[in-house]
Amino acid sequence: MTPAEYYQRDRRIHPPALTPDYKTSVARSPRFSLISLQGSVSETTGPVFGHGDISPIDNDLIKNYAKDGDPVGERIIVHGRVLDENARPVPNTLVEAWQANAGGRYRHKKDSYLAPIDPNFGGCGRTLTDENGYYFFRTVKPGAYPWRNWVNNWRPAHIHLSVFGNAFCQRLITQLYFEGDPLIPLCPIVQTIPDAEAIERLVAKLDMNAGVPLDCLAYRFDIVLRGRRSTLFENRLEGN
Amino acid sequence: MSIVDAKANAPHYLKETPSQTAGPYVHIGLAPGAAGFQIFDKELGWDIAGPNAKGERIRVEGVVIDGTGSPVKDVLIEIWQANSDGIHAHPESAGEVEDGFRGWGRVITDFESGEWGFDTVKPGPVKARRKLQSGVADQVRDTHPDWQGRADESHAPMAPHLNLWIVARGINIGLNTRMYFDDEAEANAADPVLNLIEWENRRATLIARRGERDGKPVYRFDIRLQGENETVFFDV
Repeated sequence: MTPAEYYQRDRRIHPPALTPDYKTSVARSPRFSLISLQGSVSETTGPVFGHGDISPIDNDLIKNYAKDGDPVGERIIVHGRVLDENARPVPNTLVEAWQANAGGRYRHKKDSYLAPIDPNFGGCGRTLTDENGYYFFRTVKPGAYPWRNWVNNWRPAHIHLSVFGNAFCQRLITQLYFEGDPLIPLCPIVQTIPDAEAIERLVAKLDMNAGVPLDCLAYRFDIVLRGRRSTLFENRLEGN
Repeated sequence: MSIVDAKANAPHYLKETPSQTAGPYVHIGLAPGAAGFQIFDKELGWDIAGPNAKGERIRVEGVVIDGTGSPVKDVLIEIWQANSDGIHAHPESAGEVEDGFRGWGRVITDFESGEWGFDTVKPGPVKARRKLQSGVADQVRDTHPDWQGRADESHAPMAPHLNLWIVARGINIGLNTRMYFDDEAEANAADPVLNLIEWENRRATLIARRGERDGKPVYRFDIRLQGENETVFFDV
């Protein structure tokens, strides 16, 4: 079988490497153009993960680091599907998440923000999508926090997401934001994305029907990975 | 009135989710041990080849250097590679791999020095299953008979290589590159990907230097994000 190619990445909906308002990008952005490469087998394949790689509790950030109770904060479910550009579900793919706690502090030895660490919150999780590409996490809503860029920049509340897909060329890291957050349009990292409609797709929507009454709210967030060409001419490839 | 509804024929595709930087705390999610805490029973990506892989055991080391010439101390690199027979651990690959060989790993830098390193096996040459092309000119020239992968068995194999994906604070979308081996000069000279790089002097940025420590082969591969000898990055 000849693996079909993936659609070329539409770079106009992604942030370019150099985005001077996000200052750290200036010295970390290549100056030469990327060399375009029609994907070979080294790009159309990628790592495969299974349930032996993770634990069932890994997608529950309320419980997966709890020591003597639940973490502080607004309890939420984040859920959605991983699809490709053809709107086909991407089953059994690894989704990893990390985030600050409800006060905007990361459990990381390099984070020195004055908001306290939550003893019951680690801030990371992971899961595999099911056969329909569906995934969910339970967590607390992360807080906004200040960061050094301009004198007074604040990150909107966000959850970092890492997704694999079936091929190394589908590999994606992004950030999920929350509907209604007034910090979204002010954030130089959000605004590295040149397309307003693309930014809107990073905003998770409140989903009252998916929440648990008297327990937690829910937000919906679908993730789209690159699609691949269908093998319309496969018969001819076989010599017909 | 037309019988054909032109709009109904318009192809409908979803749009890819846009990338955002992995940020300074990427380790929490992808390497929590490095962030300073233990949470998962099993961190993923520290064992690339597994215990049963055939072939030469090697170590790869380097630093990622920014446009000021300073090491990038908060980078995360993922590795994807074939085994010593040139087979990837994936259902679409053309064969089986050793039990426990995943061919994928991730590594972070030392927070003080920016040095990173990982152990693996040296991959074998990988069959190029279609003619590899880059731009429009290539496609026009090669429209027949090779387009869409026909007659692909006749193409030169790819020289042994590692695919690398680099993310960090300040990198808005992960950077794809490849690492080749300087003791594979003949294969490198025929490699269809290296040969896509029009500027021959830039090809050297993808070739690791072989050395030795305690009798074991160690390849040095420094990655330059910007500036003199900027590493070649690919749009795959």
